[in-house]
Amino acid sequence: MGSLVHIEKLSFRYLESKQWTLSEIELEVKEGEIIILAGPSGCGKSTLLRCMNGLIPHMYPGDYQGSVTIDGIQVREEPMGILAQKVGLLFQNPENQIFMFSVERDIAFGPENLALPRQEIRSRVDETMRLLGIEPLAQRAPHELSDGQKQRVALAGVIAMRPKLVILDEPTSLLDPKTASELVSLIQDLNTRLGITFVVVEHRLDLLTKLATRMVVMNEGRKVLDGKPSEVLSNERVGAYGIVVPSATRLYSELAKEGVKLARVPLAPSELTEQLRRIRR
Amino acid sequence: MINFSNVDFTHQNGVVALRAINLTIDRGEIVAVVGENGAGKTTLVRHMNGLLKPSRGIVTVDGVDTRRRSTAQLSRKVGIAFQNPDHQLFSDTLENEIIFALKNFGFPEETIRQRLDWALNFFGLEQYTKDSPLILSGGEKKRLTLACILAWDPDVIILDEPTVGQDAIQKERLAEVVKMFKSVGKTVVIVSHDVEFIWPLQPRLVIMSAGRVVGDGPARDLMRDRGLLESARVTQPQLVQIHAELKASNSHPFVDTLEARKYITDMVKR
Repeated sequence: MGSLVHIEKLSFRYLESKQWTLSEIELEVKEGEIIILAGPSGCGKSTLLRCMNGLIPHMYPGDYQGSVTIDGIQVREEPMGILAQKVGLLFQNPENQIFMFSVERDIAFGPENLALPRQEIRSRVDETMRLLGIEPLAQRAPHELSDGQKQRVALAGVIAMRPKLVILDEPTSLLDPKTASELVSLIQDLNTRLGITFVVVEHRLDLLTKLATRMVVMNEGRKVLDGKPSEVLSNERVGAYGIVVPSATRLYSELAKEGVKLARVPLAPSELTEQLRRIRR
Repeated sequence: MINFSNVDFTHQNGVVALRAINLTIDRGEIVAVVGENGAGKTTLVRHMNGLLKPSRGIVTVDGVDTRRRSTAQLSRKVGIAFQNPDHQLFSDTLENEIIFALKNFGFPEETIRQRLDWALNFFGLEQYTKDSPLILSGGEKKRLTLACILAWDPDVIILDEPTVGQDAIQKERLAEVVKMFKSVGKTVVIVSHDVEFIWPLQPRLVIMSAGRVVGDGPARDLMRDRGLLESARVTQPQLVQIHAELKASNSHPFVDTLEARKYITDMVKR
């Protein structure tokens, strides 16, 4: 797998701010990865996302050092219009993102702005709706949709741009657990079928850890942990960085203190109980 | 404290959001309202301070029909921190945001200053006192909405999705706040999808689905009922799953990881 995102010694300070929001971030993301980005509120997660889709430095001025390369292009050098075809961003609240009169028109908005031929727009919209299972909603007005449907429509608008990298900013936080797990399955599906790379900012880790290839933790503008979710979540420093460790995973470290050593770090309750059953036999 | 008697609510567009709700919440209770997106949770709590009035049936707060009181009057007793902070925040500075309600309720100047300082400190926002709420991160905005409500000290505190955008440290503080309220006899109603946050609080659980209350009882009982939870698209807390899968012998599911750790250690070493 080739490298998709290459971040080198990136530091950023917003205009008129005394503090550096990002300090010497180094990050390499390979094509096809699903990465969880976590850390306490105010640690610089959102700023890092903005550096990946070009909002920084194109929309937010400030001191910018180091470099961000996405799919071989320098974010700093390219206009937003070019970057928008490489990187898509899904906001936490889909209502901030969908605005047209119908679902279909909303999904077509991005491709229309690329001035693609009419036929190409049509086929992209249709294919995207099929992939996300929202064809029956094509003519519906966004305000008639449920929260889970709105989230899918907003994601469809992003996917219709055919980006290589999709950034999700707390995508499940407004969804009930079942709807959230359906969205997570969709992420997995888009990853497998289209090879889309995902960077997901998420506080709710129980669903995502199973499919994520890596977890990156930030604190005070720096990258402090980077590894497989099971490694990061069982690291003893993780609690200090405001990460909500799922109970099943937390029990791994807690049981170790009692001398009960499990072979693997469990990422779900069933992974914990299976191991315990084996120990008992 | 709050009573719903046979309450229906129909939106102007004809969509029925609440159906035949009967619910009594007593002073000092901690109630968690859970259920699928669109189940009517937010509509339910908006009846508690009169933001919405029932289409049929009666809602009373402290025995008074909410239709006979303005939302401003009811808000003194019942404070709601909304799900989306952008629907709530409007002032030029954090300071003005917090003192807005305090002034409207006619608190003396000195009390206003004290409550302001307390609220800013408690939620770790003091460095932004003179800044615009617009510069805050999502999590910080959320905390500001809580600070605004708690500053005027209502009897009933309603938190609509309070953990969204909050890290573990903030969630722990929030849980502490809820416990503190309980200890001073306040009533807290939490609307949340975050079952892992709710579970250790061991609240009374109200489960909603399609505008109805489909379950009402102690969380430690209802959270074991997989069929019921599934019908309302609620997942079981991990500790309850672990308890069930181990077929643990103690009578109630593990409340926290400490309890689980002790049980499992005994089980393995036995």
